[in-house]
Amino acid sequence: MNLSTALPGLIVLTSLVPGLVIFFLREGSHRARTLLNLGGATVKVVLVGVMIWGVFHEQVYETSWTLAPGLELVLHADALSVLFVTLSTILWFVTTIYAIGYLEHSPHRSRFFGFFSLCVSATVGLALAGNLFTFVVFYEFLTLATYPLVAHRGTPDAVRGARIYLAYTLGGGVVLLVGAVWLQLLAGPVAFVEGGVLYRLPETMHGDLKWIFLLLIIGLGVKAALVPLHGWLPQAMVAPAPVSALLHAVAVVKAGAFGIVRVVYDLYGVEFAAELDLLDPLAAAAAITIVYGSVRALSQDNLKKRLAYSTVSQVSYIALGTAIFGPLATIGGMVHLVHQGVMKITLFFAAGNYAETLGVHRISEMNGIGRRMPGTTVAFTIGALGMIGIPPIAGFVSKWYLGVGAAEAGDAAWVLPVLAASSLLNAMYFLPILYRAWFAKANAPWPDEHIPAGRWETTGALLWPPVITAVLALAAGLFAGAPYSPLQWAELIAAREYIR
Amino acid sequence: MMNDALVLAVVAPLAGALLAVVWQRRAEAIGLIAAVATTVAAVRVLIAVIDGGALTQALGDWSPGLGIALRADALSALLLTLTAAVALAGSVYATRYFARGDARTRFWPLWLLLWTALNALLLAGDLFNLYVTLELLGLSAVALAALGGKREAVEAALRYLLVGLLGSMAYLAGVALLYAAYGSLDLPTVAASLRPEPAAWLALALMTGGLLLKTALFPLHFWLPPAHANAPAPVSAALSALVVKAGFYLVLRLWLDLFPAVLTPAAGQMLAVLGAAAILWGSWQALRAERLKLLAAYSTVAQLGYLFLGLGLLLPLDEGAARDALFGGLVILALTHGLAKAGLFLAIGVVQQRSGHDRIADLDGTAQRLPATTFAIALAGVALIGLPPSGAFLGKWQLIKGALSAGHWPWVLVIAAGSLLAAAYVFRVLGHAFGNRAYPNRPVNVAREEWPALLLGASATVGLGLAGGWLWPLLGGAG
Repeated sequence: MNLSTALPGLIVLTSLVPGLVIFFLREGSHRARTLLNLGGATVKVVLVGVMIWGVFHEQVYETSWTLAPGLELVLHADALSVLFVTLSTILWFVTTIYAIGYLEHSPHRSRFFGFFSLCVSATVGLALAGNLFTFVVFYEFLTLATYPLVAHRGTPDAVRGARIYLAYTLGGGVVLLVGAVWLQLLAGPVAFVEGGVLYRLPETMHGDLKWIFLLLIIGLGVKAALVPLHGWLPQAMVAPAPVSALLHAVAVVKAGAFGIVRVVYDLYGVEFAAELDLLDPLAAAAAITIVYGSVRALSQDNLKKRLAYSTVSQVSYIALGTAIFGPLATIGGMVHLVHQGVMKITLFFAAGNYAETLGVHRISEMNGIGRRMPGTTVAFTIGALGMIGIPPIAGFVSKWYLGVGAAEAGDAAWVLPVLAASSLLNAMYFLPILYRAWFAKANAPWPDEHIPAGRWETTGALLWPPVITAVLALAAGLFAGAPYSPLQWAELIAAREYIR
Repeated sequence: MMNDALVLAVVAPLAGALLAVVWQRRAEAIGLIAAVATTVAAVRVLIAVIDGGALTQALGDWSPGLGIALRADALSALLLTLTAAVALAGSVYATRYFARGDARTRFWPLWLLLWTALNALLLAGDLFNLYVTLELLGLSAVALAALGGKREAVEAALRYLLVGLLGSMAYLAGVALLYAAYGSLDLPTVAASLRPEPAAWLALALMTGGLLLKTALFPLHFWLPPAHANAPAPVSAALSALVVKAGFYLVLRLWLDLFPAVLTPAAGQMLAVLGAAAILWGSWQALRAERLKLLAAYSTVAQLGYLFLGLGLLLPLDEGAARDALFGGLVILALTHGLAKAGLFLAIGVVQQRSGHDRIADLDGTAQRLPATTFAIALAGVALIGLPPSGAFLGKWQLIKGALSAGHWPWVLVIAAGSLLAAAYVFRVLGHAFGNRAYPNRPVNVAREEWPALLLGASATVGLGLAGGWLWPLLGGAG
């Protein structure tokens, strides 16, 4: 057992083990729980740092464990998995701090943080999955670990939201499973390989491969919230804010989008997928989702619900970038995987702060909130402007590459109006919020103010996480050209995917 | 030396049962000692089979055909170990469950007798001994099911008794036919001389029919839900996890080892159809159940369906990797279900004793009040749905693969629908359990009561799945 065979496994265990221990802590052991949470998160950050360095220098990291003949759990580090692992590790760290502050006095914290850690373990395992079987295992594990988080509050609404979430995701999971078994029957155990593997199969199987692609994309599309499979996402926002933040930025939605990227690039290979005419339908589904999500977001007064529909729309940029044939669009899609996460988590943190500090849940209650909570609102503003695509924030970089990539690909020029329309809609549902927050006059006392303004506008554990992620969103845009930036890493991935 | 373990696996629980009758005041201590000794014997048998392949031990130096021979191969050794795990957990749990009343003394002799019958059945090598052990198993199971003494329990047990007797009679008639036709009761001897002729067909039909009745395969399952749902919790655990499995084990033995020469494709197809119907009907009834124990009992009906569906898919296959994989999948499904269902019944017992009822609609707040037990229910539920990393996930993977490679799309749909229905009935319970009601939170309330279920659930959901790579070579050889 040396570093190269242990590292991926260790990265999963750094959240899995603390999670399991936390279940058995008594409610009052605040310090032990915090120590386990932050200790695990810190170790994970360090290990992932080692892995980034190694993958950049073409080291091979692989942990494997046989479950049955042909069914092997493989955790493998490549450029794409490192991108997703890094995102989830950093955002997990920040969200843990936020969650500790957010749940300060609420009941069942041991249960919450236990499942919270399991959820991150599942996400990281899924990011590192080296073959389709492993991906399916962690994909289902993620479904399970998230359910208690969505149902956490135990109100009828929460239990109902969790039930809807589960119905969608387990249904998708079964479809994915059938697709995966079918594929293994045709091709044997299939590993994720840069450039794809399935183009080697004989032409007689191409018909079956198209059906399998459909099954896989439906299974993944449920979590990625592709229309019409998105119905669970707006319901699941009843979860506590740190859960929504993680769900929308890293864990569940991203798992679906990441899976689509894996299937297109590392199973089929983007060129082979284009040959089979699979990319255009995927691009069309993504485009429809982008516009539909934005349109629905317009009419939501509940802040978290508007953000949820915005996620429906924004996550499909990743699928869109994946489905347009050409390296620039690929870069745009990949980098959005990170950029959307950082910006969306900022927005959800801010929404949580408004609710937790002032009891503000609706956009119509947000008049003048910028003066009461300037730090949070600045962070919110950066996130919102980034989502619209205003330079120099991260979102601009993604949209730029997607647009140029679509233009470059020639027959994908129809994507440009979609991008333009979507940006316009983004502006239409975000700018009014910013206007209210900064320029409208506060009309009444806040609905339920329970953290008074002291030295800071709210408690430190709530304030700093959105500020940090807002700075990250800004930095990812400003320093997009610097080495190890998300953009540079996405270019590395694209370079490795188009080698065939 | 190692072969002593075969004998000990039968003698230890039997001796315990007799002592517990004689020395009633110490029944509990005797029971626990016998449980540990039997478990050690079972594990030693498993290790010996892993090291050296199948074991045989003739009692009293009689040659096979005359005396009693004990045999263990990979399949029986694994089921023997499953039995030990479930029965040991049940024994520890029972010390708390039967804390008062005279059930406390009456439980142990019957419990150990049941265990003796199970082990003897798994290790028996000839058709008549199989009949004797099957009968002993049925009778001790009925007595245990009636232990609670309530009216419904006794009624259900009485029906269970009649069904069990009918099943054994049919089986015995089949054995008599075979003995008349071939002059032997030894399994390998009869299998070698079996010819496709009316006597063999009739014997196959009688023996299989009797066993299907005892295994509660749809539509012969009617007796199971009331019997399993009204028994005391540790007894329900053993009935659902082990006793019906023993019937399935015999079907496997007969169809794979004894009767291959006379089987027709239609027979396998019939098993698959009944299995599929059991999956759908059992899951649907579990979803509609209003009480937890009834839900668990109907879930057993459904889970048995997977086993028969798998057997139906396996029969037409030729020797080879595909058949081995499917057989391995079947065994791991059976093992996972055994552990998970036992864990589920033990956990339900805790809920029932603590809350005074097991109505699903009134479970709100259980997650707060009994976190460890709720977690055990969730773990067992994950295995019943067949989600990763449970052993059932690996089993279902093989089942779907087998169905797809034979082009049987309807079976794929049945498995998918069964999984989703299972998810629906498991999370209906968990949804209620997560409902809010304030209770002081303590992670584990009473260790003896909660840990057995938790460990069984965890070993079904995590243990068997992760140990799959180690189990598989053993299973491949067994098919």
